[in-house]
Amino acid sequence: MTAIFPLWLIPLLPFAGFLINGLLGRRLPKAFVTAVALLAPLGSFVALLGNAFGMFGDMPMLGIPHAETFGTWINIGTLHVDFSFVLDQLSLVMLLVITGVGFLIHIYSVGYMAHDEGYARYFSYLNLFLFFMTTLVLAGNALLMFVGWEGVGLASYLLIGFWFNKPSAAEAGKKAFIVNRIGDVGFLIAMFFLLANFGTLTFSEIATKLGQDPGWTGGVVTVIALCMLLGATGKSAQLPLYIWLPDAMEGPTPVSALIHAATMVTAGVYMIARNHVLFDHSPFALGTVAVIGAATALFAATIGLVQNDIKRVLAYSTISQLGYMFLGCGVAAYSAAVFHLMTHAFFKALLFLAAGSVIHAIGGEQDMRKMGGLRKKLPITFYTMTAGVIAIAGIFPFAGFFSKDAILYAAFQQGNGGKALWFVGLLTALLTAFYMFRLWYLTFFGESRSPDVHPHESPWSMLGPLVILALLSVAGGWIGIERFAAFLAPAVGPRAVDPGTGNLELILSIVAVAVALIGWYIAHAFYSQKTERPAELAVALPSGYKLLANKYYVDEIYNATIVKPLLATSTYFLGWVVDKAIIGGLAWLLGGIAIFAGALLQRWQSGNIRSYAAWLAAGAAAVLLFVVVPWSLVLASIGIHLNWAGH
Amino acid sequence: MSSLFSQDVPLYWYLLLSAILFALGVLGFLIKRNLITVFMSIELMLNAVNLSFVTFAHQWHAVKGQIFVFFVMMVAAAEAAVGLAIIIAVFRARATLAVDRIDLMKL
Repeated sequence: MTAIFPLWLIPLLPFAGFLINGLLGRRLPKAFVTAVALLAPLGSFVALLGNAFGMFGDMPMLGIPHAETFGTWINIGTLHVDFSFVLDQLSLVMLLVITGVGFLIHIYSVGYMAHDEGYARYFSYLNLFLFFMTTLVLAGNALLMFVGWEGVGLASYLLIGFWFNKPSAAEAGKKAFIVNRIGDVGFLIAMFFLLANFGTLTFSEIATKLGQDPGWTGGVVTVIALCMLLGATGKSAQLPLYIWLPDAMEGPTPVSALIHAATMVTAGVYMIARNHVLFDHSPFALGTVAVIGAATALFAATIGLVQNDIKRVLAYSTISQLGYMFLGCGVAAYSAAVFHLMTHAFFKALLFLAAGSVIHAIGGEQDMRKMGGLRKKLPITFYTMTAGVIAIAGIFPFAGFFSKDAILYAAFQQGNGGKALWFVGLLTALLTAFYMFRLWYLTFFGESRSPDVHPHESPWSMLGPLVILALLSVAGGWIGIERFAAFLAPAVGPRAVDPGTGNLELILSIVAVAVALIGWYIAHAFYSQKTERPAELAVALPSGYKLLANKYYVDEIYNATIVKPLLATSTYFLGWVVDKAIIGGLAWLLGGIAIFAGALLQRWQSGNIRSYAAWLAAGAAAVLLFVVVPWSLVLASIGIHLNWAGH
Repeated sequence: MSSLFSQDVPLYWYLLLSAILFALGVLGFLIKRNLITVFMSIELMLNAVNLSFVTFAHQWHAVKGQIFVFFVMMVAAAEAAVGLAIIIAVFRARATLAVDRIDLMKL
């Protein structure tokens, strides 16, 4: 089957956009920059749609799964790594989300960043991100995936620190980059183990080798899976490496929507789904994934309850929702996790973009305590955001309901431990509904708390993507988990369903929706009816409120236990002892020898020509003496006989 | 020719004379302060070498040594012209010819 749209086109279009806008953007007219920036993701998206429709229709353009190899990258002994791309059901879903949502966010950015000095730079970074993200998803082996993995980290760093004049933004960029490095170490070690034990980094070969030998359980597979999990917790902001994501909100809001909500942070989920065969062979690693996911979901949701910065609420909710996806992966419901990944991309991108529209409208203010009453002023933003809020709360029939439900149902089936995880998930759903409606009420209802600000609705370049994403947030889940799972089954395995539990699924759904409605009701009671009650509660439970408001002091704890000791070690041991004393001492010693020798020898270099001439004459005389005088006779006269013949 | 290099005068006398002249030249170069004297010492060394060239040429009946002397004299003449010009330039600039005082490249 010849490919009408070659796979390399998908990453290369954004890369071309990056090069054009990055190198020439400042000299090009703004309209041209915009066109290049928008055409890159649009081209990739169209290329993908061609593949998708080809697959669903009668005339497939590309057989799926479809693999392309563009050449050999590394060929050393037994180590063989290709430049190979694989388009299967899983990567197709991911790519459609990345390029589709990515394109919408590009359009939004045209309005949002219209007056920014770094317009071309912004879009070149955004295209660079798409290049690396599509590479990550298409990669057919772990090493190429790692390239994309590091690349999106770079793009994330550049975009978080986009307004690098602001020290907090620059700091946040560095924090994200460094925390991600910790996870990347895990990914690297996992690759080394894969090479040592399987001799290959190609995903399909690893899966084949694991399938051939049922003896691969526990042991080394667990270690590999746990190392991968470490990488995933870094990229996907899970416990214990989630701390970079809230700070990443320093970047422009569309960036938060694209990278830190919809796409990049889901790379960890994608990696686990892509390597699901490894995880399937290690129940312990799977259990760890599930526990980390559930713990993160609850943990981040509790912090989200008391945040006042609108973007930080969304950041913690992202962490929490990613926790759901990990929970789904951990109970081997990969299709449910990817389903939630997709719907989450819709509604969380929507929420961030709507929040961006709000922030844009009231002149850059992000504190919800200074908002309020924006419903009338920003009607489209309000209605679209409402769709997002209901979707994330998981209320029927919005998108979030279907995917969250699929994960909770899968967890419930996993024995008693699974039921505990289900309960944590349910509790999180309650908290999620509460803090999202809290945000909704604080932002849009009541009286304006900043009367002198005159909000204005955003331009259509921003509202258009909002409307499309709102429609997707409503309808994105209607495909249903059964059909979605059946579609994904060739890539991630079939969905496990216990027979004879038809009613159970319905009951669990009703419970989940009821819980979400309770959350809504509490938020309504607190932030719409008795608005003084939250403050009273904070006073009544000072320690609990302080704990949450300070995010469990995790940053402080990390600072005290990791950053400070590292800094102290670097300053005192590495800096003073190793660098200054040992290395510096050696350098001084060598220098000292040279100085001392120089001090001795410089007496020769008197600068007096006649003394040089005298030395020359003396040297000539010495040479003459040495050549003319028969030294063997001189030595013989004092009793030394040289044996020239050697015997 | 035979009367000049009589058999009565042995070879090493010439060589000894040459060595003495050369040593005097070196000594003069090293200890004299006047630039012209130093210059003359150099000429003395050159001529000492010339003498040993001629001596050996006569001894071995090799005309190459005598030809070499002409080269040396020619170069010495050129060097004298250049050297004296430099000495005059130095004297104009410094108003002295004491070599100890003109040991800086810069004026």
